Amino acid sequence: MTLVHDLAHARAGDKGDTSNIVVVAYDEAAWARLDASLTEARVAAVFAPLGPRRVRRYRLPKLRALNFVLEGVLAGGVARSIAIDPHGKALSSLMLGIDLADGET
Amino acid sequence: MSTSGPLRIGTGAGFADDRIEPAAALAEAGAVDVLVFECLAERTVAREALARRDDPEAGFNPYLRARMEAVLPAACRNGIRIVSNMGAANPAGGARATVDVARGLGLGGVSCAAVTGDDVTDLVRARPDLALEESGAPVEEVLPRMVAANAYLGADAVRLGLETGAQVVLTGRVADPSLFLAPAMHRFGWRPDDRARVAQGTAMGHLLECGAQLTGGCFADPTRPEKHVPGLADPGMPVAEIDAAGVLTLTKLPGSGGRIDRRTCTEQLLYEVHDPARYPTPDCTLDMTAIELTEVGESRVRVTGARAAPAPDTLKVLVACEDGFIGEGQVGFAGPGAVERARLAGEVVVERLRRRGLPFDDMRVDLIGLTSLHGDAAPSARGAGPYEVRLRVAARSPLRTAAAAVAYEVRAMHVNGPAGAGGGMAFPVREVLAIQSVHLPRALVCPSVELFGSTP
Repeated sequence: MTLVHDLAHARAGDKGDTSNIVVVAYDEAAWARLDASLTEARVAAVFAPLGPRRVRRYRLPKLRALNFVLEGVLAGGVARSIAIDPHGKALSSLMLGIDLADGET
Repeated sequence: MSTSGPLRIGTGAGFADDRIEPAAALAEAGAVDVLVFECLAERTVAREALARRDDPEAGFNPYLRARMEAVLPAACRNGIRIVSNMGAANPAGGARATVDVARGLGLGGVSCAAVTGDDVTDLVRARPDLALEESGAPVEEVLPRMVAANAYLGADAVRLGLETGAQVVLTGRVADPSLFLAPAMHRFGWRPDDRARVAQGTAMGHLLECGAQLTGGCFADPTRPEKHVPGLADPGMPVAEIDAAGVLTLTKLPGSGGRIDRRTCTEQLLYEVHDPARYPTPDCTLDMTAIELTEVGESRVRVTGARAAPAPDTLKVLVACEDGFIGEGQVGFAGPGAVERARLAGEVVVERLRRRGLPFDDMRVDLIGLTSLHGDAAPSARGAGPYEVRLRVAARSPLRTAAAAVAYEVRAMHVNGPAGAGGGMAFPVREVLAIQSVHLPRALVCPSVELFGSTP
């Protein structure tokens, strides 16, 4: 088992109904593993129950960071949402809980 | 303010309700030239527009007086200028309050500039064909419920305020990074088309605008040594040093808690960013992809490589509309069968609300401790339940009475629900202000400035 949490730290931000989650690798080896395994498809599968319309991944190699942009996961956005975490601040923790071993092999 | 060497800009607030003590500490001992308070989330101006509807002198940030009382004495002693969007829906009212607070403190010489022009309600009303960005529908369909429409002004508008010489500059809606970029443009005489410097200044503003989120806030995780934050009870606010060439270094108040390094700065650099190659602001389209963060000393991070393309030729406008009411109730369960009893209680509440025949646009049943934050994406949605769990039912309705019924029915679980329901809570009904956006051509939006207090 290798959690994203073992390799990286993360922060979630919101704009309207879109959440972005930045994942920052602790070192070069962690970056290589994350870059290869934490794919758009993997993240889309984990977040699927939240109903994203679109998931995009942006790479920032100089910062050893991946930026995931998930549209439509904030129940309409902070202004109208009836969710308990309308900003989706805790979505970074859902990302950190992904087990990379599940998706490799 | 010194006139040679780098400009030192500190963050006084990173959100509307931010803590005040760190701002006072920065004014006292931060050796800053400018203190910027960023206090407007997407909904905040609309909330204040409603407050102003009830009281024409209201409509600015409710903490404005407290913040000014805390920082003005040191700001006057140390020659610090204050820039803030605390003016919200009433920058002139905020300016009058600031001058009033200053006089009460015996600081009669304080002048305050109010920057207006972001309120584009009339412009939007006159253009019903404008397309809402989110739905593509014409803005006409929300005009009857519209509370406020505010354009994101840029650094040029804030600069107008600074050029008056006023010690305090208050604005309404301004793009967050522009609040920080403007003092640098003003001090160094940067032209708006000087993209390299405007890019560095915009990156600075973006990094500083959330205050302690750059200096150890929103970062600590006791299970990871890399994420240790010393002195989290007292994180210092961030300070940027930027020079005429755009050389940028980030630091924080010496001796304060928290931390600032490559890791904290990387998280914040990408906070609320979508495409990092195209981050639009009224001043430029920032490209972060070549940015490098280098630790150049204890609590000192050098930021290099910000690039920019021209700004979009339209300004983003937030349109706020009244959109019904949200009601919410919670109740707890523990021990054997807690999760099953909480689920049953949820079913009963939903059934009772359904029988009343009330209109609901949206309703959700959450189990706090299990699925409230991430629904079925949570691993806890499968697997054994926790020892205790809380039922949460929330719904949105066009009717206040319907929203109020939600908490009422949850509260009834103490007596009229499954066994052992405890700790029921009925939350007050919240009014919903939905936010959508349109875009207006820049030429239509004209910032202006008015001066209050003594002449600078």
